[in-house]
Amino acid sequence: MALLEVTNVKKSFKGLTVFKDLSLNVNKGEIVGLIGPNGAGKTTLFNLITGFHKPDQGSITFEGQAITGLQPHLICKKGIVRTFQIVKPFPKLTIFKNIRIGAYKLVTDKKIAEQKANEVIRALDFEGEKHMLPSQLTIGGLKKLEFARALATYPRLLLMDETMAGLNPTEQDAMIDMIKKINYAGITIFIIEHHMKVIMSLSHRVIVLNDERKIAEGTPQEVSRNEEVLKAYLGDSRAC
Amino acid sequence: MSDFFIILIQAIVSGLLMGGIYALAAVGLTLIFGVMKIINFAHGSFMMLGMYTSYWLFVWFGLHPYYSLVISFIVLFILGGLIQRFLISRIEHTEAQNVLLLTLGLSLALDNLVAFLWTADYRTIKPTTFSGTAFIGEIMVSVPKLMAFVLSLLLTVGLYLFLKKTDTGKSIRAIADDIEGSHSVGINIRRISLICFGIGSGVIGVAGSMITPFFPVSPSVGSVFVMTAFIVVVLGGLGSFWGALLGGLVIGLAESIEATYHPGAMQQFVTYIIFILTLLFRPTGFFGGKSA
Amino acid sequence: MRNVLTLNHRILAKIVAFFLLVVFLVLPVANPVYLHILIMALLYAYLGSCWNILSGYTGQFSFGHTLFFGVGAYVSTILFVKLGISPWLGMWLGALLSMVISLFIGFLCFRYGLKGPFFALATLAFAEMFRIGANNLDITNKASGILIPMTGTSITTFQFHEKGVYYGIIIVFNVIIILITFFIQRSRLGDYFEAIREDEEAAQSLGIDTFKYKLVALAISAFLTALGGTFYAQYSLYLDPHICFGVGNSIEILIRPILGGIGTILGPVIGALCLAPVSEFAREVLRGWSGAYLIIFGVILVVAILFLPDGIVGFVKKHFFQIKMEGEGR
Ligand SMILES: Nc1ncnc2c1ncn2[C@@H]1O[C@H](COP(=O)(O)OP(=O)(O)OP(=O)(O)O)[C@@H](O)[C@H]1O
Ligand SMILES: [Mg+2]
Repeated sequence: MALLEVTNVKKSFKGLTVFKDLSLNVNKGEIVGLIGPNGAGKTTLFNLITGFHKPDQGSITFEGQAITGLQPHLICKKGIVRTFQIVKPFPKLTIFKNIRIGAYKLVTDKKIAEQKANEVIRALDFEGEKHMLPSQLTIGGLKKLEFARALATYPRLLLMDETMAGLNPTEQDAMIDMIKKINYAGITIFIIEHHMKVIMSLSHRVIVLNDERKIAEGTPQEVSRNEEVLKAYLGDSRAC
Repeated sequence: MSDFFIILIQAIVSGLLMGGIYALAAVGLTLIFGVMKIINFAHGSFMMLGMYTSYWLFVWFGLHPYYSLVISFIVLFILGGLIQRFLISRIEHTEAQNVLLLTLGLSLALDNLVAFLWTADYRTIKPTTFSGTAFIGEIMVSVPKLMAFVLSLLLTVGLYLFLKKTDTGKSIRAIADDIEGSHSVGINIRRISLICFGIGSGVIGVAGSMITPFFPVSPSVGSVFVMTAFIVVVLGGLGSFWGALLGGLVIGLAESIEATYHPGAMQQFVTYIIFILTLLFRPTGFFGGKSA
Repeated sequence: MRNVLTLNHRILAKIVAFFLLVVFLVLPVANPVYLHILIMALLYAYLGSCWNILSGYTGQFSFGHTLFFGVGAYVSTILFVKLGISPWLGMWLGALLSMVISLFIGFLCFRYGLKGPFFALATLAFAEMFRIGANNLDITNKASGILIPMTGTSITTFQFHEKGVYYGIIIVFNVIIILITFFIQRSRLGDYFEAIREDEEAAQSLGIDTFKYKLVALAISAFLTALGGTFYAQYSLYLDPHICFGVGNSIEILIRPILGGIGTILGPVIGALCLAPVSEFAREVLRGWSGAYLIIFGVILVVAILFLPDGIVGFVKKHFFQIKMEGEGR
């Protein structure tokens, strides 16, 4: 049994079909990359998994339990947390408070929540910005905040939606290391990314979405040689 | 015809006529909401100003409100434009309730300023033309109300055509559909917002003028209409003209029937119940597209 | 630089302390008119603080908060006048009923995701329904309102000839609400409220049951607001539907925290203390005509929205202390 199982999911928005019949798995301990051209439905898949949208048909299970159509906060409680492609910081709260709110998912005690928040801040090298407001961060900093806040909930499955976009190469490398570390610590990772370098160096397995369906799946090497994938990406400059 | 039917038809006719007036009060609001996604709480006060414009022009110069409504339109267009340009545009990109609070403050200041200038008395005018009551069979029809009703239809059609046919109208619709996209096609959003707010305000000024022959003018008259206009807009689907018209008629009918069969001051209660039911079960209204 | 700043702090603290001493102790003793003004200012400081929990901290703007005030006032008054139940007891029953009503309204509104201006107008509509209801029901004595018979000073009937006693009571009310706000802000609950205000989707994604916590904020706010209603009833000894459920009172409740600074502990109190002299001045200058202060209120609301987005508290912090709005309540 896989950690996350998406089975025969169908989703459309007012006549626009995003998925006709999508099935995929994420196994415990994996880092799975999710790629596909713009508008392929990557973010929509995350929205379905985390309960922000409901699938028209099909089921989603996590650790063997059905989570289809549950409310987002309940799905978070089960151990799945996501970052947002379009960042959603709490603008009037400091970085520390932003992260502390994530930490409250597991603990009710304020002191412990602050400890957890501080651990995350230290691990991500965020101490310099701790008392800043989100408006004082660069886009890279905001992406990192998304990541930090999600991490503070101590998830079992972390869904990352283009967390690297906007980061400079040094920051990217640091983030890649960080992801590897938390994966090593037992957090399963499902990551959307347009940078092939990132996907190649991180993923154990890659899933490719296009044309309302999954068009390929396999190791990064297999996928990058797949005919259909190459065709789908032809002309999509962001993928190179 | 039996009494039962006469009473029922009378209630329906009165309700529809009143509903036309509610629709008239609501079209400007829905235009502004549809394009700018803001709720103008001072809408009722603008209507009150339109009423006073026609009132004074009648008292001073004997000008019939059906003529002075042009002046009301111009006065309110300018006032609305100024308010949009110098007040609302400064806070448009902050939290949505700020515009509501700002316009609430404006309406408070305007209503009480008018009360200060011209006292809180109720004032009425009695133009000699287009007045009185006509009978159709045994059904009474108030002539000025009928005029207001007809105008409300004309205005709705007019605004609809304006949006469909003219360049400015097309730009307004483009903005209503999608702000960012229209920016890239080179539409001057600031100018269009200003025009749109001006037209919305002007239209409510016209509505004020139209009801002056049969509705007493007072500084607080706006508050009678602002909630009803807002409810009509929600009922019809935010931003929809036909919805506003239909919503107005529904509210007018409901109130009239309630008043006929349960005399008392509870008619408005019915309006609020309809409002809350709409918000709960059909928040997009009759004609609404996406949910708010 | 540092020294200058601390010096400023000290001088400022002394000035403020002196000012507060004069305002709260010297003025009321000197002249009973000031005492009345202060009692009303503090009542609205209290009501503003109640509103602030829902609207300032949790970001759900209520335009109909007078509904909860009115329910509190009417319940304790009707119980007292008709059944002789002490307002001290009726006060809690009113608060409970107000809370139940608020949960019903909140359930309806939040379930459909009414937000921002729509929630605001929906609350206004509910308050209007109560006003129309109170205008037409026998139990509320319709539009004539209820005159509470003065039975002489007595603790059990919550009636005192000495205004000073009311003054003491409303000060206690304020101390309590400030403490409640303080503890909420410092707790997990406060974090949840602020997260909901700042970004509801992000809050959900981090495991916060936003529907539930919005209801919690609303219920707390409605409960406490109703207590203020009873105080008002016992102080003024007269109620009518317009005072209790009219739009005007909803505006009175929200204007002070907006002026003082929403989402701050002391904002409502500071807003109330700043507004009192202004509106009294307007009432004095434009004597004999009661709407003058409303023009001022309207202008203040406009100015506050345009130029004081974080209220007086935010303005002072930013310009005199170079402190950013955040950083408090860590
Ligand atoms: N809430 C929504 N309502 C209507 N259509 C939507 C909604 N969300 C997404 N879509 C549409 O669904 C399709 C898939 O969008 P999605 O955001 O999932 O793509 P994506 O793969 O994440 O793209 P990108 O690489 O640009 O992030 C797009 O055509 C988008 O316009
Ligand atoms: Mg995406």
